[in-house]
Amino acid sequence: MSELDAAEVREIAEALRSLDGALLPILHAINDRFGYVDEAAVPIIADVLNLSRAEVHGVLTFYHDFRREPAKRHIVRLCRAEACQSLGADRLAEELDAALGTGTDATVETVYCLGNCALSPAALVDGKLYGRVTTDSVLALVRR
Amino acid sequence: MTIRCVYIPADAAALSVGAGDVARAVEAEVAAGRADVSIVRTGSRGLFWLEPLLEIETPEGRLGFGPVTAEDVTGILAAGADHPLCVGLVEEIPWLKSQQRVTFARCGVIDPLSLSDYEAHGGLKGLRRALDMAPDDIVAAVTASGLRGRGGAGFPTGIKWRTVAGATADRKYVVCNADEGDSGTFADRMLMEGDPFLLIEGMVIAGLAVGATKGFVYVRSEYPHAFRKLRKAIGIAQAAGMLGRNILGSGRRFDLEARLGAGAYICGEETSLLESLEGKRGQVRPKPPLPALHGLFGRPTVVNNVLSLAAVPTILAEGAEYYRDLGVGRSRGTMPIQLAGNVRRGGLIERAFGLTLREIVEDYGGGTRTGRPVRAVQVGGPLGAYWPTSLFDTPFDYEAFASRGGMIGHGGVVVFDDSVDLLRQARFAFAFCAFESCGKCTPCRIGSTRGVETMDRIARGDRVADNLALVRDLCEVLRDGSLCALGGLTHVPVLSALDHFPEDFDRQPAVAAE
Ligand SMILES: Cc1cc2nc3c(=O)[nH]c(=O)nc-3n(C[C@H](O)[C@H](O)[C@H](O)COP(=O)(O)O)c2cc1C
Ligand code: SF4
Ligand code: FES
Repeated sequence: MSELDAAEVREIAEALRSLDGALLPILHAINDRFGYVDEAAVPIIADVLNLSRAEVHGVLTFYHDFRREPAKRHIVRLCRAEACQSLGADRLAEELDAALGTGTDATVETVYCLGNCALSPAALVDGKLYGRVTTDSVLALVRR
Repeated sequence: MTIRCVYIPADAAALSVGAGDVARAVEAEVAAGRADVSIVRTGSRGLFWLEPLLEIETPEGRLGFGPVTAEDVTGILAAGADHPLCVGLVEEIPWLKSQQRVTFARCGVIDPLSLSDYEAHGGLKGLRRALDMAPDDIVAAVTASGLRGRGGAGFPTGIKWRTVAGATADRKYVVCNADEGDSGTFADRMLMEGDPFLLIEGMVIAGLAVGATKGFVYVRSEYPHAFRKLRKAIGIAQAAGMLGRNILGSGRRFDLEARLGAGAYICGEETSLLESLEGKRGQVRPKPPLPALHGLFGRPTVVNNVLSLAAVPTILAEGAEYYRDLGVGRSRGTMPIQLAGNVRRGGLIERAFGLTLREIVEDYGGGTRTGRPVRAVQVGGPLGAYWPTSLFDTPFDYEAFASRGGMIGHGGVVVFDDSVDLLRQARFAFAFCAFESCGKCTPCRIGSTRGVETMDRIARGDRVADNLALVRDLCEVLRDGSLCALGGLTHVPVLSALDHFPEDFDRQPAVAAE
């Protein structure tokens, strides 16, 4: 993490520190700003909130949302919960993995339920929700 | 026909199948001078099988069209009722007309961010009444309504409120559980997007009843759209004096903040949710102490689901009897049932408790989307039972479901056709528990992983009878040795699959099949 980024992390943390239970909002803000939470952000946040590094690290790693490495350009969060399973989400995941493989600028991640279960299978592609998706419709979105 | 208003949902699910493109197409017609209409973006009525649903205001009522694509718009605006996608007056569609919309009466009807629309459709009536009542009387009304928590456990809301009201502390909190992690559920999301002021009103009333001046809504991060809507609605409510230091000029105070979860199913469990709100790992706290006495930041706290809180304004506005007179047995009022998965007509069905599973799946659902026979439905989320069609006459109420080994939970009904493999579903129940375990109890954290491995052995036909016995044993250990219902109820989907669909577990050794 560059010095500039470190300064920005501190700025974000300080802007939110007065919230009750500020750690989650701070981690979200950093994750949103940089696409992930760099390891080097941990001591800075710990310092601002007067917590131990272990506490910050413990929270950072508990939640599925916080990314520890830079994200790829496109993120497909495919629902693999039961309603989506009932219409072939598992097969869809296999097909997308095969089509996108490594080397592409898109990752496929698993989520459990996006609240679009009446229009399964569902996926969040770059933060936008899609219903009744197919392998082709998802590929079209990430290959635009 | 004079066209005045066109209604198009801005609900995340409707947008997910193209409602945004439809709205832009109508705007383009207006810009080009080919139509003279105003557009209102609503929530969804929950007829997801018809989304995107476009409605045109007529003197007779709102005329519906669906599912609409952007290409259909020009034709619809020109032809009106003669267009092939016309489904008639929306309120007359049997799927909707047969429902009893109480909590969802306004959802999909009004502009969710217009407080004047909200009020014109009966909003704020409950809050005004509550402001004139003694806190004890508010609690008494909620108790008398028979309302039970809609988040899963079905605990009487009035009793919970009485505990918090009776506690003394320097501060108290109202926390809304909008984590809605169960597969097959979307009612909380719909309500936050389609009628957010109703939830806000319910929370303010809860605050008045128990003496809390601060509330939090904990929204799961998988719902970015609902979170933004709710934040906007809170800002509007603040500016209009529905929230803040002088609620509707009464001199009473209630502040509200929306917070985002971070992707952890266990944070729907109320004590984990409180830990998470406090900025910690979302690990379950042992009870006692109850959150009602020792909750957020150690203060007495009401934790209620979105739908429980959203039922409260009606109870106060229309009276406890009005609500209590709906329903059966000890399940009073209405339940927003969410019909999802492999089903032809999925969506939100709000009905008084008591209709049967068959009515839900066959009459409303119209069978599977794939057109194959229905084989199983899972009710109540990932910890709910898999039901065979032979139990479809079970009425939808807390006790009837519990007596047959299942639960209604948050009201999600997920349909599967005959291609479903119940062994695979039972394996998933263990895998989900392993993935989402908060890590506190060994049976839940490790037993779930052993469950997955054992299922894999059964799938390979490896000592099937022995391994099935082991699964039952594991289920018992999880049930008896877990602190919360994630580990404690994982046996429900597993054993219901095994007991009702034993043929799926009767695997032959792979080598013998060659
Ligand atoms: C693993 C687990 C997940 C839960 N998830 C939710 C949830 O997503 N939403 C919810 O309202 N309640 C959930 N609950 C139930 C809550 O712990 C709690 O009972 C509920 O929020 C109380 O509100 P109510 O009385 O209004 O239902 C969950 C419970 C467990 C054990
Ligand atoms: S049962 Fe599982 S999720 Fe619940 S407290 Fe124990 S380890 Fe955590
Ligand atoms: S189960 Fe996939 S969106 Fe709900």
